Amino acid sequence: MTGTTIDVIPASSATILRIHGEITGASEATLMDAYGEAPPGTRSVVLDFSDLEYMNSGGIGLLVTLLVRAQRAGQRLLAIGLSEHYRQILSLTRLDEAIGIHDDEPAALAAASA
Amino acid sequence: MTASVPTPPRDADAWARPVERLSTTASGASRDTVTGRRVVGPVQGFGQMWQKTFTVRLDGIDADPESVVRHWKERFPSFWPRGARFYAPLSGIQPGEVALLEVAPMPGPVRMSTGVMVIYADRESFTFMTPEGHALSAWLTFSASRDGDVTVVQAQALERTADPIIELTYLLGANRANDRFWEETLANLARSLGVETPVVSAHKVCVDRRRQWRYFGNVRKSAALAMALGTMTAPARWLRRHRAARD
Repeated sequence: MTGTTIDVIPASSATILRIHGEITGASEATLMDAYGEAPPGTRSVVLDFSDLEYMNSGGIGLLVTLLVRAQRAGQRLLAIGLSEHYRQILSLTRLDEAIGIHDDEPAALAAASA
Repeated sequence: MTASVPTPPRDADAWARPVERLSTTASGASRDTVTGRRVVGPVQGFGQMWQKTFTVRLDGIDADPESVVRHWKERFPSFWPRGARFYAPLSGIQPGEVALLEVAPMPGPVRMSTGVMVIYADRESFTFMTPEGHALSAWLTFSASRDGDVTVVQAQALERTADPIIELTYLLGANRANDRFWEETLANLARSLGVETPVVSAHKVCVDRRRQWRYFGNVRKSAALAMALGTMTAPARWLRRHRAARD
C-alpha cells in the first residue's frame, strides 16, 4: 500500500491539488484536508492525477463528495493528468459530466479563468 | 528504439468498461426495465444526497475479508430481506455485469422492476450503480476489512432519490425503510457466517441538503411510477378486455 500525499499549489486562477499514490476510501482525510487548504476565494480546484497509481470505487466516491463540497462553495472542479484508464472510469461513472477534464495544466487554468 | 508500453494500473481488471446503454444476461425477473437504459450516480439524481454506512463486526468468526466478500458475491440474493428479489447475471457479480431486481420502492404493494450494474469488483469489495428509472441514483459499495483481529463488513450507499415523487416518499418514511433493508441484509450475512446475534451499526450523513431541480424530469423514466400506474389501471384494462371479448 502506497498511501496518499497531496501537494496544494495555488495558481493564478485556481488551486491545484497534485495527488500522489492512491485514492481509496482511506484517503478521505488527506483529500479533504488538502481541499481545505485552498486559499479563500478559490473559484476553481484542479485535481492533478498525473501521479495517481491506483483508485478503487471508494476513491471515486470521495470524488463525488468533494464535488458536492466544491459545488456548495460555488467552485468548479477540474481534472488533469488522467490516463486513458482513469478517463474511462470517469466516463463510466458519469463524473465527467460534472468534472471538467483537460489535457494539461495550462488548459485547465485557461478554462478556470474563462 | 523501442516504445515503452505503459503498465496497466493494478485496479484495471476491477473496473467495468464504459457502456452507453445497458444490457443484461440475467433472467427470471418478471420484467426487464434496464436494457437500453444508462447508468446513473448521485450526480444525476434529484433529491438530497445521503451517505449511509452500515457495518457489522464478525466477532469470534474466523473469516478474512477476502473470503467474506467471496461468500457475499456468491450468495448475494440470499441475504436480501424477504420479498426482494435479485436476479444475478450469468457470470455472477463481475465488473460490467448487470443484474435485475424486484423491490418495493416504498411501503405498500407496488413492486419495482429495475436493476444494477456492477461497476467495480475486487477481492475485498464490489460496487453497483443504478440505471435510469431506479428509485435511487446511487453507488452502493459492499466491502470487508480488518479491524485488529476482527473482520468488519460494510455496505455504503452514496445516493440521491432519482425524482421528486421518490423524494416525497423518502420524506414520508421510505428513507428509513431503505435503511432497514441494508441493516437486515448485513444481519443476514453475518448470521450466515456464524454470528448468532449480529449488531448492525448505521451512520447517516446528509452530504447535500439541496435538491437538484434540473433532474426533475427523471420522473418520466421512473420504474416505480410506471409500476404504480400499471397497478392502478389494471382493473380498467381488464374490464376493457373483458367487454371486447364479450362483444
